[in-house]
Amino acid sequence: MEKHYTDSKVKGVSTGTTILAAIFDGGVVIGSDSRASIGGDYVSSKTINKVIQVHDRIFCCIAGSLADAQAVTKAAKSHLSFHSVQMESPPLVVAAASVLKDLCYKNKEELQAGFMTAGWDRKNGPQVYVVALGGMLLNQQVTIGGSGSTYIYGYVDAKYKPNMTREECVQFATNALALAMGRDNVSGGVVHLVVITEKGVEHVVVPGDKLPQFHDE
Amino acid sequence: MLGETEPQWLSEEVKTGTTIIAIEFNGGVVLGSDSRVSAGESVVNRVMNKLSPLHDKIYCALSGSAADAQTIAEAVNYQLDVHSMEIGEDPKVRSGATLVRNISYKYKEELSAHLIVAGWDKKDGGQVFATLNGLLTRQPFAVGGSGSSYVYGFVDAEYRKGMSKEECQQFVVNTLSLAMNRDGSSGGVAYLVTIDEHNTEEKVILGNDLPTFFDQ
Repeated sequence: MEKHYTDSKVKGVSTGTTILAAIFDGGVVIGSDSRASIGGDYVSSKTINKVIQVHDRIFCCIAGSLADAQAVTKAAKSHLSFHSVQMESPPLVVAAASVLKDLCYKNKEELQAGFMTAGWDRKNGPQVYVVALGGMLLNQQVTIGGSGSTYIYGYVDAKYKPNMTREECVQFATNALALAMGRDNVSGGVVHLVVITEKGVEHVVVPGDKLPQFHDE
Repeated sequence: MLGETEPQWLSEEVKTGTTIIAIEFNGGVVLGSDSRVSAGESVVNRVMNKLSPLHDKIYCALSGSAADAQTIAEAVNYQLDVHSMEIGEDPKVRSGATLVRNISYKYKEELSAHLIVAGWDKKDGGQVFATLNGLLTRQPFAVGGSGSSYVYGFVDAEYRKGMSKEECQQFVVNTLSLAMNRDGSSGGVAYLVTIDEHNTEEKVILGNDLPTFFDQ
């Protein structure tokens, strides 16, 4: 039988998660599930928010050990606020992503996580950056991560369209996360979404009973 | 020779790292597969047809170890021929699936192959059976192989009951194309088999005729 090699078997960290970020016309949506688990046997939190704010219009999601996630984002937040004081303007999204990339690259032996940064800045509008395992920085229109993401590659490839409206993109993100949570036993709970545009930031929480239902076989 | 190690693919087991799918419609079934056979990092056959006939109107889709899967398919093909002569008529799809399941279950420690069995018979029409690990379960559709992980979300979202034959064929082609784009062990061309009361149609869709998506 093909062994499906899940991240959580590498180095014993819990990557039980599904995270997603996608650009729409005028902004970006970044979202995650809300389950924290210990090795797939015990759900330690049903409602954890994995979408972390690192600046006014820049958020990031980390798939990996939640301890790593909190430590790294704390370091990134303080780097970024210092940087923004030096520059006397809000930081660019690529600056936030680069800070995460540096932390990831320099500590690649100890860290085992995938990073995703999404935000809006005046210079380049909405952007999504992903730091792959090991420290490569990539700019993409849509990206997914975490153990649950393997199940939705096909769905995202088929259903994502550039320049969707905000409503279409929120629905797309909710559907994708719900499908992943339906198949991955270490992803679950509620869907946390953050919608970032020039005007501001909006948190959307979709509780379990309001998630879209799909044919279940 | 001194200090020279043989290439990795000589010692790697040949796997049909694969994407296979079978779906039932009112009056028949559609089966689909990719065509890549890999041994480690090497592609040893890029045009293998993984849809193997068990009988005129019963086919199976192979995944897992290529040798194991082919052997099971050939053994069941023989057993079904004998069975159909004994009963004097075409065998039921469930019979073919049961024979596959019997082998998979009895030798589950030695074998590593998963076959999806699908076909048409006059008693129950089109049927799809999954035989993973030695269980036998009838489903409206089944996916398997390494590439199937990437398309669970897509098939969950897109499957609807009561699709027509053409919609099922399009569903299978879309699913295979998405999986082949993401799974390194799936690729090549797409093979399709459509079985209904009147005929069994085999089709090949070449790589550049497969559907493309937004980032291609």
